[in-house]
Amino acid sequence: MTVTVALVLEQTLNGLQYGVMLFLMAAGLTLVFGIMNFVNLAHGSLYMVGAYLATAFAAWSGSFVLGAALALPATLLVGIVVEVVALRTLYERDHLDQVLATFGLILFFNELIAIIWGRAAIYTSLPPFLGGHIRVLPGVPYPAYRAGIILVGVTVAVLLWVLVTRTRLGMRIRAGASNRTMVSALGVNIRLLYTLVFGLGAALAGLAGAMAGPIYSVQPGMGEAILIQVFVVIVIGGIGSIRGAMVGAIVVGMADTLGRAFLKPMLATVISPPAADKAGPALASMLIYLLMAAVLFFRPEGLFPARGRS
Amino acid sequence: MAISRRTIVLGVAGLLLALVPPIAALTNQPFYVDLFRRMMIFAIAAVSLDLILGYGGMVSFGHAAYLGIGAYAVGIPAFHGIDNGFLQWGLAIVASALTALVIGAISLRTSGVYFIMITLAFAQMLYYLGISLETYGGDNGMRLAARSKFGGPIDLHQPMVFYYVVLAILVLFLVLGGRLVESRFGMVIRAAKSNEPRARAIGFSPFRYKLTAFVIAGSAGGLAGALLANQTEYLTPEFMHWTRSGEIMFMVILGGMGTLFGPVIGAIVLLLLEDVLSALTAHWQIVLGPILVLVVLFAKHGLVGLLRVTPRDG
Amino acid sequence: MAETLLTVRGLSKRFGGLLASDQVDLDVVRGETHAIIGPNGAGKTTLLGQLAGDLRPDAGAIRFAGRDVTRFDAPLRSRLGLARSFQITSIFRDFSALDNVALAVQAHRGGNFRFWRSARDERALREPARVVLESVGLGARAGVLAAHLAHGEQRQLEIAMALATEPRLLLLDEPVAGMGLDESQQMVRFLGALKRRITIVLVEHDMDAVFSLADRISVMVYGRIIATGTPPEVRSNAEVRRAYLGEDATP
Repeated sequence: MTVTVALVLEQTLNGLQYGVMLFLMAAGLTLVFGIMNFVNLAHGSLYMVGAYLATAFAAWSGSFVLGAALALPATLLVGIVVEVVALRTLYERDHLDQVLATFGLILFFNELIAIIWGRAAIYTSLPPFLGGHIRVLPGVPYPAYRAGIILVGVTVAVLLWVLVTRTRLGMRIRAGASNRTMVSALGVNIRLLYTLVFGLGAALAGLAGAMAGPIYSVQPGMGEAILIQVFVVIVIGGIGSIRGAMVGAIVVGMADTLGRAFLKPMLATVISPPAADKAGPALASMLIYLLMAAVLFFRPEGLFPARGRS
Repeated sequence: MAISRRTIVLGVAGLLLALVPPIAALTNQPFYVDLFRRMMIFAIAAVSLDLILGYGGMVSFGHAAYLGIGAYAVGIPAFHGIDNGFLQWGLAIVASALTALVIGAISLRTSGVYFIMITLAFAQMLYYLGISLETYGGDNGMRLAARSKFGGPIDLHQPMVFYYVVLAILVLFLVLGGRLVESRFGMVIRAAKSNEPRARAIGFSPFRYKLTAFVIAGSAGGLAGALLANQTEYLTPEFMHWTRSGEIMFMVILGGMGTLFGPVIGAIVLLLLEDVLSALTAHWQIVLGPILVLVVLFAKHGLVGLLRVTPRDG
Repeated sequence: MAETLLTVRGLSKRFGGLLASDQVDLDVVRGETHAIIGPNGAGKTTLLGQLAGDLRPDAGAIRFAGRDVTRFDAPLRSRLGLARSFQITSIFRDFSALDNVALAVQAHRGGNFRFWRSARDERALREPARVVLESVGLGARAGVLAAHLAHGEQRQLEIAMALATEPRLLLLDEPVAGMGLDESQQMVRFLGALKRRITIVLVEHDMDAVFSLADRISVMVYGRIIATGTPPEVRSNAEVRRAYLGEDATP
């Protein structure tokens, strides 16, 4: 494989696209953690639910865009129901309880999906207008759909930024993320705020899931593979920090994508090609975790530790 | 008291488990030898996790990593024709101890939810490493060429012999673990779990003790992995999958964390439950998941906690 | 002048916009009981936290028993003989009272990498612990789970743990806080007997306790120590009266 400028550009965009997906997941998770001090392993299940609902709605309506648009409120609804029925009682429990109970939820959701849609991966086809390529530079085509994901992700990030920094709700969210006791002191309806934040996180995860359909395989358990990478994002970025989630997501998305694309050819210039063939993929799959270890070594609280949290 | 209650329980439990193979032979149900051996292997893994989780307060969500390392420490030498059991199992213990040392040294610098996420992430890293080992079957894993060889009468291909080897290791581990948690060392990690600022204020530096406990737990997990590879005669990266870590954690909670026998009971009950449920439906996890939620919500002290009603003074 | 056990120079600590310790100087002489008083939010607990090693100062130095301990963490300082009690009772709730004190003995004696022998069978840990427990009046409660002790008993237990580390300096953060009148009088009597044996730095709001125990008092306002002296000196200090004690303070 020869490494060309076009290839580097394409892979960089892929990294950005993956980073955007990670950000959509990480933003919700880090907010929920920052405000409710709640570790939600089942966040990945909402991503999976979003993907399946989008696929189902698309098949039913015949329109991919409509399917994704319907999946969003539906996932939000699922999230709110889960929050009210199962998770609310866990906020006051310790992290071990939260982890175990949400692990139980994952088993439940994965199996429920398997019962309804089966265990085999399903694929969504793209509508023609999204199936083509756009030209990012002369001679460098890029899949329109992936470009669309980047666009949607950046838009959501900007909207989220406006929400968090420019609105009353956002002010409460920020206050909550850095100091939970203060929020209750402000006399905010905590339960409602919690449910809203959780619903927002669920909708973002659902959005990520809905967009994932056409490029990744949709199958039970898909949520956990990405969830653990999202953990890496949050650990690198700093728990409770939206900015940290953003930076962490881009870093992890880039490192993972570029590592998979270029570590092997890079290694081949140093060690023998057959050895690089073996070591390249192994190293690439471990890269983001090694990155996390390195960040933790220097900054145990992550790159952007949320203020007010010791 | 000359003989402690714990010794009695251990004796009775060991005796009951020792009776499984003859009973299975009498009733012509050899399947149970296999099932109970599997239970005991997971019991070793669960007890080792409980040492750090229940006694040390370290919520490690990556304990399956050591199962995998232990299994590969048997499988990889076997693949290259080295079937000496002492070597393989020794390698399993040393390799997982070293891994635990590295993971622990990094993750114990943090605490709380960071610790959970980091241990989970490192286990996942090893899982992906296992998948990328094409020589050893990649994500399909590989068949174990032969069970570990020890020479003499210890032939693991004899189901009964293998069974009693596992039982002996479990009992030995419980005895050692029982001493450890009551020892000076055990008191330090328990104190750090109970109240870390206070432990520091009276002069304990918890890090090194926690790390030591983390390494001990990891190496025991590795030994369980070596046993598991011999049990299944097949090894795959799935041994290190994060759901496996969750399962081991579930065993600890189900039985009762912070107790020595709780995880043993938890391992037995969970595997029985899986066995029964999976016979009923292929979708048994849809039942198991909510059971886990209910256990967490309503039976925090596990099955052992249900037996012991009053909190003890003294 | 007697030997200085603890010397603090130029200690500063900032939390965001708040200067919790502002160029604090403090000398604690061996054998004295030195009270630190001041209004809420004056930075007394922050100062204590820096003395104990839980908080890193932004600037300044702390010398203890002739050594610069500024960079030492809490466990190390504890092993050097700097013991503390917390403002909010901090004990090992799921251990017996005797276990609590025996742990403190063990922490001080070392030998923590022993894996076989039961720590509860070690007379070298249990006997000294029992002696200390008796000395604080909890001898009859040795076997009781710490969580089941009364509030006053838990405060006593906390001091017993500190004493079990055979400290050269005892840092007490509001030892009579939250106690009833009887309990607090009992605690003051106990500390009165204790102060003859050991150097104490005492943060306390209860002025009766402070004036009956302290040999010297430092007054802290807005992160600064504005005055240090004997109780009569502090009582008559105009700046202190203005800034803190107010006009209704008993002369």
